[in-house]
Amino acid sequence: MAAGIDPSYQRNLARRKRNASIFYAVCVGAVMIALVMLVALLYSVLSEAFAWLNLDGTSIRTLLTDIPSSKAVNSGLFPAIVGTLWVMGICIFVSFTVGVSAAIYLEEYSGGSRLAQLIQTNIQNLAAVPSIVYGILGLSIFVAFFVLVAPGNDGKNVSAAGLTLALLIMPVVIVSSQEAIRAVPPSIREGGFALGGTRWQVIWRLVLPQAMPGILTGIILAVSRAMGEAAPLVIMGALSFVPFAPASPLDRFTVLPIQIYVWISKPQEEFHYLAAAGIVVLLIMLLGMNAFAIFLRNRLQKDLRG
Amino acid sequence: MAAPGVATRYAVRAVNVGVYYGSNKVIEGVTMDMPENEITAIIGPSGAGKSTLLRCINRLNDLIEIFRMEGKIWFGDFDLYAPQSDPTQIRYRIGMVFQRPNPFPKSIYDNIAFGPRINGFKGNMDDLVEQSLQGAALWDEVKDRLKDSALSLSGGQQQRLCIARALAVEPSVILMDEPCSALDPIATLAIEELMQELKKTYSIVIVTHNMQQAGRVSDKTAFLMPDENRVAHLIEFGDTRTLFTNPSDERTEAYITGRFG
Repeated sequence: MAAGIDPSYQRNLARRKRNASIFYAVCVGAVMIALVMLVALLYSVLSEAFAWLNLDGTSIRTLLTDIPSSKAVNSGLFPAIVGTLWVMGICIFVSFTVGVSAAIYLEEYSGGSRLAQLIQTNIQNLAAVPSIVYGILGLSIFVAFFVLVAPGNDGKNVSAAGLTLALLIMPVVIVSSQEAIRAVPPSIREGGFALGGTRWQVIWRLVLPQAMPGILTGIILAVSRAMGEAAPLVIMGALSFVPFAPASPLDRFTVLPIQIYVWISKPQEEFHYLAAAGIVVLLIMLLGMNAFAIFLRNRLQKDLRG
Repeated sequence: MAAPGVATRYAVRAVNVGVYYGSNKVIEGVTMDMPENEITAIIGPSGAGKSTLLRCINRLNDLIEIFRMEGKIWFGDFDLYAPQSDPTQIRYRIGMVFQRPNPFPKSIYDNIAFGPRINGFKGNMDDLVEQSLQGAALWDEVKDRLKDSALSLSGGQQQRLCIARALAVEPSVILMDEPCSALDPIATLAIEELMQELKKTYSIVIVTHNMQQAGRVSDKTAFLMPDENRVAHLIEFGDTRTLFTNPSDERTEAYITGRFG
């Protein structure tokens, strides 16, 4: 060691370096816990699902194209898959249009008024409301609404479910869209205004295109959550035997998480294997949707960077 | 400069302009006439309200909720702050170039075409884009890569792109807010040379903290300075040569000789 360095400094340095290593180990450990849990989950689900498909269980074809049955081997997910697509389609459309519009109002138009601050606080609180509460809301508003406007309809249809889930993820969509909009530099807005753009032109042609990748990231996370929700839909009365796939927005439906829940609660063991196969289908749909959204996001980002 | 016997025409005239942010007064009593086809420089120390004054001219300060202006600014015989005046329309006639180049994250072509498009331009866009890039002395450097992202250009090129973008809407006045402060000396020189070309067609008002630059490029110079209450005043306004060689106010002399600021 170079002359003149205090031994107490050496001891101090050794202690600081040790602390740094400990902190590093804690961080890596935290990542590992999450990773191990995920792998364990995937392993248990996949092994049960494949065991079922490989042995004398339901064929993949039956699983994907048939309706549920009292015999596990004849049971399929077709109504639940189509139901999930319907409900998610409505949910994405509504939460995207309403959520992004609300975010635009709060960021670009409200000017930080008292009212806007009040709304902001409430949106953040809504994000913490349990999903089952949204089910009650869906039942008392959307189901009741469809009973009222569509005579003969019992209101427990894909539209009511899509709207309820849209409401459920709305706070997350709004907050993440706001953050994406806020990340667009003010100099870009000034540039647009200085060329004689109206507020709407600046938002539509400059702010939104640049915020869109960030907005999509928020939507992906939120929709993934909505896709796995069963509780609010069960409250709405969606927990019933549906032997057909919905074909219109006013049709009754079931969705994958509910079908999985139904199968898992049956006493016969083969239904539990069937449920595992259902979970794999749900995961694949989820991954497919996320992959598409990420592809879209990367393409938009590339368009921006050129 | 106006020929003898011909009355000077003014692009912008500020009359007794005062600016408030909320109840805070930041500028008081600025009266100055900015002649057509000349370059008017606004100089002064930091916090002297140079940019604020400049942004009054295209009403960009209107974006700030608590901004309030008193006095009048005339654009020809048009009262910029009359109740029926529309800021959007004013910004269509008075272009602006900012302190840091702020190209949109779009192609070079789309950056230039943005202004004409949003203002409903119906003519030949390719010609307009070429003409605007020519006007900003950037055409030769980018003509083969118009579809490339504007962000791939160097800082100096980006700033000339921003000038070309402003030219594309064919304004009559161009405001420049310290356009060279983020650029190296060579890019700065290119912009200064460009300004001499531009003033044949446009009237230019430039804010600069660089006195040498004001001395080199401008025809008229305004010197702003804050008082002890941080309210900015116009200390002196006149021909650049006179102001730099024979200032009438001792504060101007102190500032331009580098004794403060």
